[in-house]
Amino acid sequence: MTNTETLLSVQNLSVAFGRTGEQQSQVVHEVSFDITAGEKLALVGESGSGKSVTAMSILGLHDPSQTNYPTGEIKFQGMNLLKLDDAALRRVRGREIAMIFQEPMTSLNPVYTIGDQLTEPLILHQDISKEQARQRAIELLDRTGIVEPHKRIDAFPHMLSGGQRQRVMIAMALACSPKLLIADEPTTALDVTVQAQIIELLEDIQNEFGMAVLMITHDLNMVRRFAKQVCVMQHGKIVEQATVDQLFAQPQHEYTKRLLDSQPKCLIEQTSAEQRQSWPTVLNTESLRCYFQIKAGFFRRQVGEVRAVDNISLTLRQGETVGIVGESGSGKTTLGMCLLRLQDCEGSIIFNGQDLQQIKSREMRPLRQHFQIVFQDPFSSLSPRMTIEQIIREGLEIHFPEQTAEQHRERILKVLDEVGLEESMLWRYPHEFSGGQRQRIAIARAVVLEPKVIMLDEPTSALDVSVQKQVLELLVDLQRKHNISYLFITHDLAVIRAMAHRIIVMKSGQLVEEGETEPLFTAPQQDYTRLLLQASLYREAQ
Amino acid sequence: MTALKLKPDVLTQRAWRRFKANRRGYVSLWVFSILFLLSLFAEVLSNDKPLVVYYESGLYFPLFKSYPETTFGGDFDTETDYTDPYVKTLLKKGSNWAIYPLNPYSYETINYFTKHPNPAPPSTDNLLGTDDRGRDVFARLIYGFRLSVLFAFVLTLIGIVLGVVAGALQGYLGGRFDLFAQRLIEIWGSMPELYLLIIFASLFEPSVLLLIILLSLFGWMGLADYVRAEFLRGRNMDYVTAAKAMGVSHRSIMFRHLLPNSMTPVITFLPFRISAAIMALTSLDFLGLGVPPTTPSIGELLAQGKENIDAWWLSMTTFGVLVGTLVLLIFIGEALREAMDIRRG
Repeated sequence: MTNTETLLSVQNLSVAFGRTGEQQSQVVHEVSFDITAGEKLALVGESGSGKSVTAMSILGLHDPSQTNYPTGEIKFQGMNLLKLDDAALRRVRGREIAMIFQEPMTSLNPVYTIGDQLTEPLILHQDISKEQARQRAIELLDRTGIVEPHKRIDAFPHMLSGGQRQRVMIAMALACSPKLLIADEPTTALDVTVQAQIIELLEDIQNEFGMAVLMITHDLNMVRRFAKQVCVMQHGKIVEQATVDQLFAQPQHEYTKRLLDSQPKCLIEQTSAEQRQSWPTVLNTESLRCYFQIKAGFFRRQVGEVRAVDNISLTLRQGETVGIVGESGSGKTTLGMCLLRLQDCEGSIIFNGQDLQQIKSREMRPLRQHFQIVFQDPFSSLSPRMTIEQIIREGLEIHFPEQTAEQHRERILKVLDEVGLEESMLWRYPHEFSGGQRQRIAIARAVVLEPKVIMLDEPTSALDVSVQKQVLELLVDLQRKHNISYLFITHDLAVIRAMAHRIIVMKSGQLVEEGETEPLFTAPQQDYTRLLLQASLYREAQ
Repeated sequence: MTALKLKPDVLTQRAWRRFKANRRGYVSLWVFSILFLLSLFAEVLSNDKPLVVYYESGLYFPLFKSYPETTFGGDFDTETDYTDPYVKTLLKKGSNWAIYPLNPYSYETINYFTKHPNPAPPSTDNLLGTDDRGRDVFARLIYGFRLSVLFAFVLTLIGIVLGVVAGALQGYLGGRFDLFAQRLIEIWGSMPELYLLIIFASLFEPSVLLLIILLSLFGWMGLADYVRAEFLRGRNMDYVTAAKAMGVSHRSIMFRHLLPNSMTPVITFLPFRISAAIMALTSLDFLGLGVPPTTPSIGELLAQGKENIDAWWLSMTTFGVLVGTLVLLIFIGEALREAMDIRRG
């Protein structure tokens, strides 16, 4: 099946945005790579490295009035795709080269059933009747692992889960048996266990259909698992090109080394459970429950309930990090909201010796100084119309009203220095910063109040790996300096292993397993934990 | 400390720079500001009373004080009518002199001495002619412009305050309050505004204040809808949760976090609201339901232009002033919108 004939050859490709004659910004610089038939190539790089732009230009998906190709050519089976007219290009798209996108939520049209969307390329490219197309669509859905495909074919996208939608996307891509499949971060938006399934599916299908796959990703674990050849991109250039084994064994380029090194290693000092016994407890909950009622009908009768948090008890000591791990929908964020009293719940929450459930929301306000939160998405957690100084100052004005504006300012400058930002950034707005810088601002906003506990809700999931490592190091550094306790909510097991003293594994609102970090990773007691570990750390073992 | 003081200046400077980047809006702002400033001093520019009178080695200021005709050697004890040719000759006699405003007519001065029948075409006496009662069109336009713009500003301000407060409360509190307020707005919004105005115009003495109150009662609903939607969207954002976790009070969340992020519809609709307010006053006056007849009003002039279709100086000039004002306001609003967009750097 291995065919050495070159299928796609990208030579000296440069891509620039902006109209000709005006200011242009070149985002891809003289990129070259070849894909032979049946090969699996990965383009790796951080966000903004130009990997998606390169892939999009293969299919000519950029707006032609805004895009220029100063140099280079893209040869697909001898045709230069850059020179093709629209009609010829359309014949290549879908039939010869198919693409799957990152966001399965938005890449399916919500007003059509998946059957409509699946049969469309079949009828378009293969000239078959509606009935035949429907039959073929059901086969494809079956092949991509959708249960009861003959029923599911009439479902609308919102009725499917994220993993199912990505399967539908793959089925659509396979519809015309393309020779090349471009997968742009196909698993980034999915849960770890689902990610593993999708990768397995892609591998199976690749074997069966013998097509070439161009995988675009930032996830090195996935590259190692899936690809044979790797191109590492940085600032629009390919800095290193090698086989997977070579690259991971002997990285040549500085940047590749840094990327490989940015996999988080253990960042905290190892302490035994006995040692930590002596640390004072700051937060303790007993059988915390948060049920959402499902009401239906005219009289709003209760027909059921969702147990988002079901009987969770946890203890957090001063200076300790407790990781809360689970897939999306496991209730870990709801648990965090309950602890902050931003969500009503039952059970007791003892914080700093006070039962938070007993006090009124007005009395809660002064306590909030000691219990802060950092969110996942640094783009929506900072108010876009407030300057950085206003954002950090706000909490000080509430909790330290006796201090003067100058004292506030001193504290702001001190905390900025601590999180590694400059004074000149104070009068700028959040949109002028990168994701990592924004996350630092969010951390500064929490730390400036000198809290006892900070809840970190997936603080690094939206960041690039190298930035992720810097932010994690900053967090550990702050913990050591100020003796802060962290509640670290995440789905990323590699991150939590580096950060947490203890870990709680949650599944559908319930606590599955609880224990010290290393024992839990090396010898998990529960099946679900084992499944999670397998799915996410499948390369860690090597 | 210096840096502390610096901060707001930097931000306003940046906003001002963005505003200036829109040349059309910037020029419009200058033109409009000069015209509006001049119209605020309409009494000095266009009046039938002299600014200063020098009479028998005494200085008089008729603009600010009323003097009986006997002061200037006339016959009556009533206030001097300075348009009277007899009084004019008295003020020019010997070493006496008087300085008149540039346009020697007020908005209700009737020129009894025009050489043409009313409405009189433009002449050296009346630069833009007179209306059908012999009043100077230029004077009426200056006063009418001032009234329209002031009226529009007040009406827009009231509408924005009511609309933002109502929309903010609905969007932020949500739930039952939102439900009831929304129904109330639907009922209130389905009331026939124009009929109510006609009814009230016959019940009460028509006045500018009455018009402002009546139009304000209905003018806030459209904006409230948009602000409500912005607040509904905003209150679930992470930065609001972050503020709550920080212990920020509800009022502070509404006004410091949500309001600045909900100003887009307010700013976007601002120029249209001001023009709509001017148009509302103009059309009510045109229909004869607006301000009392003696008040200088653009709508009333338009109505006269319709009655006297061959008196082109009535309709054309009024039309010009009206269109010019609206165009200037729209251009300024456009630049303002760009200035408020912090993403423009």
